[in-house]
Amino acid sequence: MATELTDTNAAAIAVELLRARRNAGSPAMGMVLTLIVDTDEAGASEALDAARDASTEHPARIIGVIRGRSTGRSQVDAEISIGRQAAGETILLRLRGEVTEHAESVVLPLLLPDSPVVIWWPSRAPADPARDPLGALARRRITDCAAAPRNKQAALSTQCATFSDGNTDLAWTRLTGWRALLAAAWEESHTKVIAAEVTAERVSPSADLLRGWLSDRLKVDVTRRTSRGPGITSVRLMTRDDEISINRPDGRLAVLSTPGQPDRPVALKRRQVAELLAEELRRLDNDNVYEATVKRLRKLEEAG
Amino acid sequence: MTARNPLRDPQDRRLPRIAGPCGLVIFGVTGDLSRKKLMPAVYDLANRGLLPPGFALVGFARREWASQDFTQVVHDAVKQYSRTPFREEVWEQLAEGFRFVPGDFSDDDAFDTLRQTISELDKERGTNGNHAFYLSIPPRFFSTVVGQLKEHGLADQQDAWRRVVVEKPFGSDLGTARELNAVVSEVFPPESVFRIDHYLGKETVQNILAVRFANAMFEPIWNSNYVDHVQITMAEDIGIGGRAGYYDGIGAARDVIQNHLLQLMALIAMEEPISFDARHLRIEKQKVLEAVQLPRRLDLYTARGQYDEGWAGGIKVPGYTAEPDIPADSRTETYAAIRLEIGNARWANVPFYLRTGKRLGRRVTEVAVVFKRAPHLPFGDSAIESLGENALVIRVQPDEGITMRFGSKVPGTAMEIRDVSMDFAYGGSFVESSPEAYERLLLDVLLGDPPLFPQHEEVELSWKILDPIIEHWTRKGAPQRYPAGTWGPEAADAMLARDGRVWRRP
Repeated sequence: MATELTDTNAAAIAVELLRARRNAGSPAMGMVLTLIVDTDEAGASEALDAARDASTEHPARIIGVIRGRSTGRSQVDAEISIGRQAAGETILLRLRGEVTEHAESVVLPLLLPDSPVVIWWPSRAPADPARDPLGALARRRITDCAAAPRNKQAALSTQCATFSDGNTDLAWTRLTGWRALLAAAWEESHTKVIAAEVTAERVSPSADLLRGWLSDRLKVDVTRRTSRGPGITSVRLMTRDDEISINRPDGRLAVLSTPGQPDRPVALKRRQVAELLAEELRRLDNDNVYEATVKRLRKLEEAG
Repeated sequence: MTARNPLRDPQDRRLPRIAGPCGLVIFGVTGDLSRKKLMPAVYDLANRGLLPPGFALVGFARREWASQDFTQVVHDAVKQYSRTPFREEVWEQLAEGFRFVPGDFSDDDAFDTLRQTISELDKERGTNGNHAFYLSIPPRFFSTVVGQLKEHGLADQQDAWRRVVVEKPFGSDLGTARELNAVVSEVFPPESVFRIDHYLGKETVQNILAVRFANAMFEPIWNSNYVDHVQITMAEDIGIGGRAGYYDGIGAARDVIQNHLLQLMALIAMEEPISFDARHLRIEKQKVLEAVQLPRRLDLYTARGQYDEGWAGGIKVPGYTAEPDIPADSRTETYAAIRLEIGNARWANVPFYLRTGKRLGRRVTEVAVVFKRAPHLPFGDSAIESLGENALVIRVQPDEGITMRFGSKVPGTAMEIRDVSMDFAYGGSFVESSPEAYERLLLDVLLGDPPLFPQHEEVELSWKILDPIIEHWTRKGAPQRYPAGTWGPEAADAMLARDGRVWRRP
């Protein structure tokens, strides 16, 4: 059941939330976090669907924020729904006029008491998420360089430069499958890696992060090669007399080759945003490995 | 593990542990359990990226199947029962590793073929000689199969590992449990034997531990000063279905209380373990099970029943003795309730009531810790007329979570206090408990993680608790009847009434 409130404010929204929850007959809810989704009108529906899917694993209050024109009279409209395939509540805020500059003032009173706040920018993200007024409310800030409206490469560089504790990027989340497989593959041979190579489509923030990670962990040179994609198509870890390689030409089924073992197929599908988001919400403390990767990548970029 | 893996960092908690190269051999692969639980669990694990590349699945059964036929069977089972969506690429990864070996358990040739199949897989799929044997077969075949594994060199652990998975029931009394253990332990060392109680997933165990030991607000009242009694219930709404051959003569107590309910009780009652590794948990659980005291009057403080025909959830269902293949004079109980006490300082004089049954009101497994009333209630009698006892209910399935019941004032000018319930549910779709149990178990087996499942000492202790009760029942004749779809026989209600208590309606 969705309720619409026109020209409203945070207090009225909070009252409506309580009323809607009472009406649904379950006054208590086990919500574990607040997820702010900072989006635009065009991407809102898709982003909120993904957030709702993720909230089946992490019951959450989802607050979608859409900022319209910043001129004219200030107005806050809200759409409230509880239940509806989400294990929590969804509030969609539409802001117009001067209040678009003060979105945090609407969101702050609506945060769940005493529980973590996470913010997600499904597409365009602020240059410095931690200093963004909305971003400052959250302890975990999720960007997605690969979904940046333009110049994804620059988006990644910006995020690397402004990294703060609690920042993370879905381009990094997309790598978990690759990284897990590489770690497992290494355990089959236990040999020293002397060089590595990542091949991906020309612009791929994930491939850059993978390069940063491998370089940071293995302390070797990692070459970045270009293919036609989709996404990352192959990773090779060279050892003294052999190599470990994973090839995924079609974006779903990969082939793993390790020394002394037959080639084996491995499902390595590119995941949906909802799955990525759910993984992201599993840990709410700083991702130290991501931090190290980002710092490494900056050094690599500075070195040219 | 020789060198440290540079790609793994203890801080990198996103990276799941993927089992090393290995394979799984299922005996009795044509059975229900295998199709409905094991095969889907294998697929779900693969889909979550937790199976090693090159994983192999070998089926062994008395069927004239080629490997393609087997692949088709697995395919159908996975499509129908898997928890996660079917994805072609995951299937492709898995299907190349499927093999089928036809044969009898006593057939030497078949076991030769099995050994050959396994060594071929080691070459073709790179399973490296690591294999787990899942005995999804009636216990009477255990010794034959385990003996064959030994004889054909399938249990030899040289550079690789070999493990064996045994399903409950672990025997049918202390004697048979010991025999069974002797058979298995002769061939496999204890750390290679995985006993699974599929009712009790690792997730559930860990949830209980988290509630008990990660919170400051429960532990101080978790004792006889505050707890009045504990009720542990596992109710099923279904009848025995197609399990007549297994169930008749076994009954509810052996089927459920011996393993599942006593394990739940141990987890609820145990002291805080030194750490949460399997060994320390086991030590604490064993202490509780050893401290269990049976009621002196078994006739007053145990109850059993057998379901009669009746209406269950809007469907007319037959009585137990009218089920196919059940003798008309069967005395097997389909409902069992017992009262136990734990002889230690924490639980002195706190009864634990355990009950289980088939064709009860609804499907539910829960542990209810019922607290004593507040020592003084400064309200008039009328104000607290409908105030019950506070309760903390740990729901195991379905919808795993926690319910708290406490008193609250009814809005209005009059002072009236009534029970209210507050619910907490663990996340949504990811907590399908029973498939999860199998996934976690299989993963533990393949990773070689010491399981949280009982080892032999615990199994023996549980039989020591249950054996005298079952002996008593055998002497007493037929169980009391109860209509299907209700909450069990009158004797069970009378048993609690004697203590001035009532069963919770779960």
